[in-house]
Amino acid sequence: MYPREFDYVAPASLDEALDALAANPGAKVMSGGMSLLPLMKMRLFSPEMVVDIGRIPGLDDITDQEDHIAIGALVRHHQTATSALVAEHAAALAEAAAYTGDNQVRRRGTTCGSLAHADIAADQPAGALAAGATMVAASKNGKREIAAADFFVDTLTSALEPDEILVGIRIPKTGGGSAYDKLGRRGGHSDYAVAGAAAWVRKSNGTVEDARIALTGVGTKPMLAAGSMEAFIGSDGSAAAIAAAADRATEGVTVLEDLYGSEAYKAHLARVFVARALEQALARA
Amino acid sequence: MTVNGKAVSGSVEPRTLLVHFLREDLLLTGTHVGCESGYCGACTIHLDGVPTKSCMVLAAQADGCDVTTIEGLAKNGDLHPVQEGFWERHGLQCGFCTPGMIMSAAGILAENGSPTEAEIRHGLEGNLCRCTGYHNIVRAVEYAAAKMRGEEPAPPEWETDLV
Amino acid sequence: MSTTTSALGGVIRRKEDPALIRGRGRYVDDIKRTGELAAAFVRSPFANARINSIDVSAATAMAGVHAVYTIDDVRHLGPLIAQVPVGKLRPLLADGAVKHVGEAVAMVVADNRYIAQDAVDAIFVDYEPLEAVVDLKDAASDRVKVHDDLDSNVLLAWVGHEWWADVIAVEDPRPKIEEAKQRDDAVIVELEMVNQRLIPVAIEPRSVVASWNEGYERFEVYSSSQIPHALGGAIAKTFGLASNAVHVRAPEVGGGFGCKLNVYPDEILVCFASMRLHRPVRFTETRRESAVSTIQGRGWVATATLTGTPDGRILGYELRALTDMGAYSQNFTVAIPLLGLWVSAGQYDIPAYFEAKCVVTNTQTTDAYRGAGRPEALYYIERMIDAYAREIGMDPAEVRRKNYWKNDQFPAVNNTGLAIDSGDYETNLDKLLEMADYEGLKRMQAEARAEGRYIGIGLSTYLEICGFGPSVLSEIGFGWNNYGLPSSFSGSGLVRVNPDGSATVIIGTGPSGQGHETTWAQIASSVLGITTDKIRVSHGDTAESPMGVGTFGSRSAAVDGTATYEAAVKVRDKAAEIAAHLMEAAPEDIRFADGGAHVVGTPGRVVTWEEIADVAYRPHRGPDGLDAGLEAHAVFSPGNATWPFGSHIAVVEVDPETGNVEFLRYIGIDDCGNVINPMIVDGQVHGGIAQGVGQALFEEAIYDDAGNLLSGSLIDYPIPTAGDLPSFELGRTVTPTDVNPMGVKGIGEAGTIGSAQTIVNAVVDALAPLGVKHIDMPLRPRKVWQAIQDARG
Repeated sequence: MYPREFDYVAPASLDEALDALAANPGAKVMSGGMSLLPLMKMRLFSPEMVVDIGRIPGLDDITDQEDHIAIGALVRHHQTATSALVAEHAAALAEAAAYTGDNQVRRRGTTCGSLAHADIAADQPAGALAAGATMVAASKNGKREIAAADFFVDTLTSALEPDEILVGIRIPKTGGGSAYDKLGRRGGHSDYAVAGAAAWVRKSNGTVEDARIALTGVGTKPMLAAGSMEAFIGSDGSAAAIAAAADRATEGVTVLEDLYGSEAYKAHLARVFVARALEQALARA
Repeated sequence: MTVNGKAVSGSVEPRTLLVHFLREDLLLTGTHVGCESGYCGACTIHLDGVPTKSCMVLAAQADGCDVTTIEGLAKNGDLHPVQEGFWERHGLQCGFCTPGMIMSAAGILAENGSPTEAEIRHGLEGNLCRCTGYHNIVRAVEYAAAKMRGEEPAPPEWETDLV
Repeated sequence: MSTTTSALGGVIRRKEDPALIRGRGRYVDDIKRTGELAAAFVRSPFANARINSIDVSAATAMAGVHAVYTIDDVRHLGPLIAQVPVGKLRPLLADGAVKHVGEAVAMVVADNRYIAQDAVDAIFVDYEPLEAVVDLKDAASDRVKVHDDLDSNVLLAWVGHEWWADVIAVEDPRPKIEEAKQRDDAVIVELEMVNQRLIPVAIEPRSVVASWNEGYERFEVYSSSQIPHALGGAIAKTFGLASNAVHVRAPEVGGGFGCKLNVYPDEILVCFASMRLHRPVRFTETRRESAVSTIQGRGWVATATLTGTPDGRILGYELRALTDMGAYSQNFTVAIPLLGLWVSAGQYDIPAYFEAKCVVTNTQTTDAYRGAGRPEALYYIERMIDAYAREIGMDPAEVRRKNYWKNDQFPAVNNTGLAIDSGDYETNLDKLLEMADYEGLKRMQAEARAEGRYIGIGLSTYLEICGFGPSVLSEIGFGWNNYGLPSSFSGSGLVRVNPDGSATVIIGTGPSGQGHETTWAQIASSVLGITTDKIRVSHGDTAESPMGVGTFGSRSAAVDGTATYEAAVKVRDKAAEIAAHLMEAAPEDIRFADGGAHVVGTPGRVVTWEEIADVAYRPHRGPDGLDAGLEAHAVFSPGNATWPFGSHIAVVEVDPETGNVEFLRYIGIDDCGNVINPMIVDGQVHGGIAQGVGQALFEEAIYDDAGNLLSGSLIDYPIPTAGDLPSFELGRTVTPTDVNPMGVKGIGEAGTIGSAQTIVNAVVDALAPLGVKHIDMPLRPRKVWQAIQDARG
């Protein structure tokens, strides 16, 4: 309940924040703090410095940028969940944000913070993967873009370098439809995902032209279900095609057992939710 | 920061949680601590008007912010309709989760004056109560919602109301 | 003299609430003492280990650290006193060995909690890990002994007909049951079922602050305790003081559910530290710490066997259980299964055998958690009746009806030799079936099944024993004699009408949410006719109440409530003499109502309580020989426990693809005898059901083989949220008891005792078409799904 000592800075600008990170290799970025603070309170993680980016202006909007929408680093889960722009271009991410945490957490925690935390059972990473999001990372040396598929590296590990801040994500306007569904740890949609899947589908002339299918809670990180995507792209999107795609949900995935499910159960749920997410995504496509 | 309408200041270690600043420095002990993981919600306050778990915020993060705690919810001695609802509909037993529960419920009703039972229940998922089974908490919030709409609340479920 | 009873049986809003809804309630951690220090504990990461050394030097040297204590500092105080001292008593701090994860090894006292925790991190303990034993069967085999100095991990066995053999003679039911099994038409159903370990999770973590004043030679202690008097006794005994040298107060208590019905080492250790340091010392546990430092509940593995006829007559029921005590015995630890034994046959007039072995393991101590033994016992019998009904193809309601104790059999002596005070089980069941529209539910289920949906209807009834209790039970541990207070679990009520006509009621029990201030005001008001707003109820204070047993076992209203009732009658009788004198009437013609005394048949004449009190405290104005004052104390020892009962139905829908269970309805009809405040009674049932739902669907203290608690935070130990539960549909029947004059039984635990099996019965019913016969709790989706896979082969 009582964190170890640390230094705290709350920079007024992004440059100041990046300077602080560059100068302090033991520093950690905090936006909403919903993931970081509990770890610090339980003394499971004790950074030497916290760089609170909460006071940096200009990062708290979801904006329309012609060919993509941009979600800033300080956009709260609740904003993502209720944004008309996100609903239109990345419904799966909006649903994932709506299923994240609880009301208070959704009002304070940030979408980018959740992505950067890279919890294996978090909802929004799956939504971002399905949306084909691009992560924008900034450091003192400049900005770089990271594809969502390359962003989630391992359990609680993203592709961000210690001196980088995830300043926002970009979601391409690619049409189609998307959806996210999961089984929560308390059942229904509540709490972290025992297993969940997000899917984005674009059809053309009765054929699935393109699709992205992502899993969370199943493996060592949120990830694309390559087998399912391969099966589904180019198919007719029929019930049989959905079943065939779902069957390959965990192809190449190391399924992790935890308190909430055995390997077999999680693999099964991955198939169930790939199917359910695909059905819903198709209905919206 | 401003707490319950009054400017307050204090010097704390960076690691001091807002809830501890409120409880130990300002002696506003109505905001309770029930866990460290951020699941129980007993420490819920309004931070710039938004229901927030004050054990999930550093005191330093709230610098310059407007904080309302349970002690500041009643205005001029008049109970907030949610407080009244909890009393009228037996929305509390041991009362430990109650301040956080009330602050959460007030936040829900500030945005949605006519929530359904499902919306109330979903909205309160960040506040754990071990006593009431939430049944009468839901009735309390429904009571408050009706009051805030200027309507007569539904009568209580019990048969013999003496007062 | 008759009384005005208008305040009994009706709802008034709670007197507790105005403070609590404003954030002005005072829980222990809200009460700041001048100069207080904070304690924190080094806790064992191992379930079984020798301690080779403890290096506290770095911690002691830290700025802001006042002291670090180990067992060497406190060994002279002896182990923690337990009321039922069977098994290994807990040392105040680990003494050369640790026996469960979380056991306190060293205590730090520092300026504040942050520094105290920093110092905890700086203490190095050299452990030599040993093999731990967690599994109950494994432990019962004595393959690995938890404590070298105990003969066996099995501390004792409670046997249904022998539990108090030298006083209560009960026939051994086994020959009759064996005979039944030999019948040609015998239907025998057997299941091994786990009633899993639970963590109580009162939302207020335990907190205690103690200060020693060497001038007054007195401890002042605030503790979030359900049993402040027992705690005071334990402190006094530990430090060699008289009980009146320890002033314990339990102010607002943020939920108890049995976990604060205990004396904890930290409560003794803060006293010790305060004595050493001459400063108030506080300990408030954190949530994750609470999971291993506060008692846990349940933890039974049992084989149940039911023998019956093909037409629904039960001829024998046997339960053989291993019950988990954890590593050390605290307050009631080994007595908990006995509570289950007493209700092991439920509402049924059947030959029943019960056996529970109390087994030590390398885990946190278990003790009373809401229901304490009774939810376990009822879970088994009610699951078995469902399994039996399914086996013979009979409606489970009818099987129950067929085996009930009948109304003309009460008081009914059950399989343990105790007499069930009163009951009317059929009426209760009938009301439930009607309220639930049982036939309609069955039709709905059939239609849903035809559509491929899995809807289940779960029925359970329950019998409870509560209202402890009879003085005679103190001979087997139901008293506080080991804490130096040789009282039984009698009730205490002190009623005083003050000189200004207001009334103060001082009780020996205190609420942790049950609304005692309100209920007791109603009790006193019903006798005295003083309006409840002029009655203040004081509780949880060892200096105020002459004696106090505490709040547990659904005992408060039936026992301490009765004592208050009787004390109020004494005050009323005295007041009647004064009023009679003032009105020149006969005392027997005086009636009390609406804030004063009236003469029967003369409604216009009123003497107010203010006028009566004026005379009582100025006796020269009263009748000759008046004994001044207007106060009475009563101690009530009931002749029997009370035996509430009820019937519940749950309706659920299972998603067979994910194993997810969704609630559709929950209906309960409870019978706790007469009701004092229906609002409060229903609230108790709501909360009780929610905790049963928690056990049925979500909660489990999961230990791995090495004894690590894997579900110690609320992240991994999910208790129900508002979104997980439906609104409950409640009704009641009223079958008063004659054990006490108000006819009340108790309702604090009923909902929990009745609900877990109701939900499991519903889920199993939903999945019966797939061949599922049983799923062990909690019915997490993974287990429900696995059961479906197993049934499908």
